[in-house]
Amino acid sequence: MKEKALILNEADIDRILKRIAHEILEKNKGSKNLVFIGIRKRGVPLAERIAKNIRELEGTDIDTGKLDITFYRDDVAKRVTPDVEITDIPFAIDGKDVILVDDVLFTGRTIRASLDAITDFGRPRTIQLVVLIDRGHRELPIRADYVGKNIPTSLNESIEVSLIETDDKDSVKIYAED
Amino acid sequence: MLSVKNLIDIDDLSIRDVEIIMENADTFNEVLERDLKKVPVLRGKTIINMFFEPSTRTRISFEIAAKRLSADIINFTSSTSSMKKGESVVDTIKTIKSMIADLLIIRHSDSGVVNFISRYIDLPIINAGDGKHQHPTQALLDLYTIKKSFGNFRGLSVAITGDILNSRVARSDILLFKKMGMDVSVVSAPMLLPEDISHYGVRIHGCIDDVIKDTDVLYMLRMQFERQDRKYYPSIKEYNRFLELDEKRLNKMKKNSLVMHPGPVNRGIEISESVMNLESSMLEKIKVNEQVRNGVAVRMALIYLILTKE
Repeated sequence: MKEKALILNEADIDRILKRIAHEILEKNKGSKNLVFIGIRKRGVPLAERIAKNIRELEGTDIDTGKLDITFYRDDVAKRVTPDVEITDIPFAIDGKDVILVDDVLFTGRTIRASLDAITDFGRPRTIQLVVLIDRGHRELPIRADYVGKNIPTSLNESIEVSLIETDDKDSVKIYAED
Repeated sequence: MLSVKNLIDIDDLSIRDVEIIMENADTFNEVLERDLKKVPVLRGKTIINMFFEPSTRTRISFEIAAKRLSADIINFTSSTSSMKKGESVVDTIKTIKSMIADLLIIRHSDSGVVNFISRYIDLPIINAGDGKHQHPTQALLDLYTIKKSFGNFRGLSVAITGDILNSRVARSDILLFKKMGMDVSVVSAPMLLPEDISHYGVRIHGCIDDVIKDTDVLYMLRMQFERQDRKYYPSIKEYNRFLELDEKRLNKMKKNSLVMHPGPVNRGIEISESVMNLESSMLEKIKVNEQVRNGVAVRMALIYLILTKE
């Protein structure tokens, strides 16, 4: 794989997450009923950053949880036992507007698994999806409510999202097969 | 990923395997705290619980673990099966294998039977206790209980007390605790020790009072009357004098130390009635019920790791 282009840098990501915070507040008419759930691994810091932006705008604290979807995947048996991390949703989600956050939206299978997992925790009023990158190629009827950037890709390309919390830098790059 | 596809003997596991099981047990422990205590990860897998010897907690623990992973589990009990018509153990298992199972969980009253079966059947097998040989999942849940209290293992002192001779739990625990760097001693009487005890590399004491002040974990074994073909101990009174945990002894134990027991407890033999009925802060030391609870998370982790192995 060789690097094809740097798509987003630190300042770009920062601006996108601020814009998405505004969009969420606009659509939900405030932050009163919101909770955030980040999908491990890189959805978690993204969810925390958007929640922090909302806190700065509205002055309210927002519950933020972490979801590991390994046990809900439809391809567990096909992969090497993946690293499982602890799911941590220490608040009730019944009747809430759940903002689900992930880094890249691709086939939609991770989101399908997340929806199953969330419904095991309760019955939210709505579930809305935030993704930093939408790269297309959906295999399921799933779409995002808030998109950082649409990047049309071919299947032999890959997207690498790096975040300070997990990878020591903020960037989004696209790689192509040699 | 585990290095083994069976768990028959604790020595099958590498230190890394044990650590992987402990880490995964944490994630399943979180699942057990949810309102909906079930994940769909093993949908479509079939597990057979084959118990050739009576059991309550181990059989139910495996059954709950399998169900919470969404696997189908079938309970086989030898007393109501064709074994009554004379079918051998291996033929019985081959019959069951023809019905396409993915994992066998086997408990048998004779030592070595699980290993014997594994040579004839090409299916993953978990030993749920074989005779006086081993009970590896009990050892793993004991280790996990210790991990949850202390965070690590290296240098912790454990005293295992009572009927070592007839105990498969003791054999598995000693091997596993030593593997993980713990300092293990046994407290027992000569007639309750196996002849080869010197091979285990453990210190031997004759009375609980020798270790009670210094041990981090006091692991009390059950007197296994059902496995004792003769009288191994002169009287209950004498057992009580040297090996019973009463309130006086409990009060001498270190701060943060634990009392463990694989259950079922013989009240008034290994642990006094008054200790079992305690309602003071000392109760926090006694982990018997927590061991049972942790057993489900540890068995979920083990089943998950074995069935998702390539």
